[in-house]
Amino acid sequence: MENSLNLAAVTFDGVLALVLLVLAWQLLRSPNLFKAIVLFISFGLMLSLAWVRLKAVDIALAEAAIGAGLTGALFLTALDRLQRNNQKAGDSLISQPGKVIAGISVLALTCILGWTVWTLPPFSNQMLALVSSNMPISGVENPVTAVLLNFRGYDTLLEIGVLLLAAVGVLAVTPSAVMVADSAPSPILILLLRLLLPFIILVSGYILWIGKYAPGGAFQAGAVLAAGGILLATAAVRFNLSASKALPLATGIGLLIFLLVALATMMLRGNYLQYPVAQAGTLILVIEAAATLSIAAVLVLLFVGLKSDADCPVPGEDSKNFIFEEENTIK
Amino acid sequence: MSLTDLFGSFLLLLAIPFFWGGSLGLLRFPDIYTRLHALTKADNLGLGLVVAGSILISKEWTVGVKLILIWLAVLTASTISCYLIANAARKRKINPWKIP
Amino acid sequence: MNYYLWPALFILISVVVGLVRILRGPTAADRMMAAQLFGTGGVAILLILAQAMQMPSLVDVALIYALLAAITMVVFVRCQWRSHENTGEMEDESH
Repeated sequence: MENSLNLAAVTFDGVLALVLLVLAWQLLRSPNLFKAIVLFISFGLMLSLAWVRLKAVDIALAEAAIGAGLTGALFLTALDRLQRNNQKAGDSLISQPGKVIAGISVLALTCILGWTVWTLPPFSNQMLALVSSNMPISGVENPVTAVLLNFRGYDTLLEIGVLLLAAVGVLAVTPSAVMVADSAPSPILILLLRLLLPFIILVSGYILWIGKYAPGGAFQAGAVLAAGGILLATAAVRFNLSASKALPLATGIGLLIFLLVALATMMLRGNYLQYPVAQAGTLILVIEAAATLSIAAVLVLLFVGLKSDADCPVPGEDSKNFIFEEENTIK
Repeated sequence: MSLTDLFGSFLLLLAIPFFWGGSLGLLRFPDIYTRLHALTKADNLGLGLVVAGSILISKEWTVGVKLILIWLAVLTASTISCYLIANAARKRKINPWKIP
Repeated sequence: MNYYLWPALFILISVVVGLVRILRGPTAADRMMAAQLFGTGGVAILLILAQAMQMPSLVDVALIYALLAAITMVVFVRCQWRSHENTGEMEDESH
């Protein structure tokens, strides 16, 4: 019986690893950008399964939400914008000797990385023991959330700052991004909105709340909320980036709250971001809630900025729909 | 294994041919409308069987409610995206495949 | 408990078979539908893994999968419709 159990697990993991490799290879070598994007989305989904098999559920959540879903949506709109401007994919700009040098450097890097992983010291429980022994003072029960938001809260603060910078960058490039919805959007799409949006908000709140006890947290919840925002943006609501007041506020509020908490702890306790033990849980929840809003706002802003000056109209009978044309062979 | 576990596993096994059928249909059917059939109908039925089996295997009702909600969400999304694609194909005057 | 990995394995294989449709095309909608297959199959695999690995939090991952697959599909359907005169330039023939 022991052999049969291991066989199933080994085969599953083996097939998964093989699929990941094939997907990665195919997606890197495909000159058809749309095919590469679809392969990338599938790759993200399979990678999320791999994280699950490695028992890293928080990362699997983040990979599924952000890596597969949202990044795929962003790529699709970027590709669309690229094609609208009729930009060519271009031939390879690297000369032949350049390619050889690149290949050799990549090979060398792979060897170095492989050797490093191979000679890593055997699995030590030190970090695990350290985190577990400090869990009671962290205010939460999920070790990942404790590390992210309490023990290494400084890193998370900087990460949220980086997200804000990305949003500022997009705003700098497309300051007057407007995303116009249909005057008469398809009723089926409105139905989808009506059914899914409340559910998405509920799921986002649930993931945020459960981050305290089980895998979850601010980043994943923010990604789900951003998905809801993207759904709104493609279907019904007119997003005007320059005139909107709510969106910049939402974008900034995560970092703001985090900084306020940091300053407060510094003034009251003398140490930056050292939460008082009794209020640690509440503080973490407040920070995470603000961060969720912030992350969602930034991701929606990225999406709308990419889509700017382009409607998403329902095509008429005479418009050439890219997706349904048989792809041309090489001219 | 208890009786519910056994029945749940049986439902899981029953779902496998539906998924295989869906993939096979996606590969072998001649045009986009038929492929949509294969994708949405077969796969969602397979998913429904997996959900039913999982509910039987895990005995908590909270997990059961979550599972049903997942199935409903996937169902909604699949049917609506199927409609959107088919509608677009129709507008593009892609004609259904006819038996030659 | 690991017996449940067998159905998961078979569903994984069926999902991988759909990979061929992504690689071959011929139209973009076909590729996107195969990605949708990955989504639905992935949800099923995760639900089975939740029982096989005894981790109920995997059901939450499946929930997120389902929602995000829906979003990706809607974004594709609504925002990939452009009239291109030069579709040939961005594409190669499918390999």
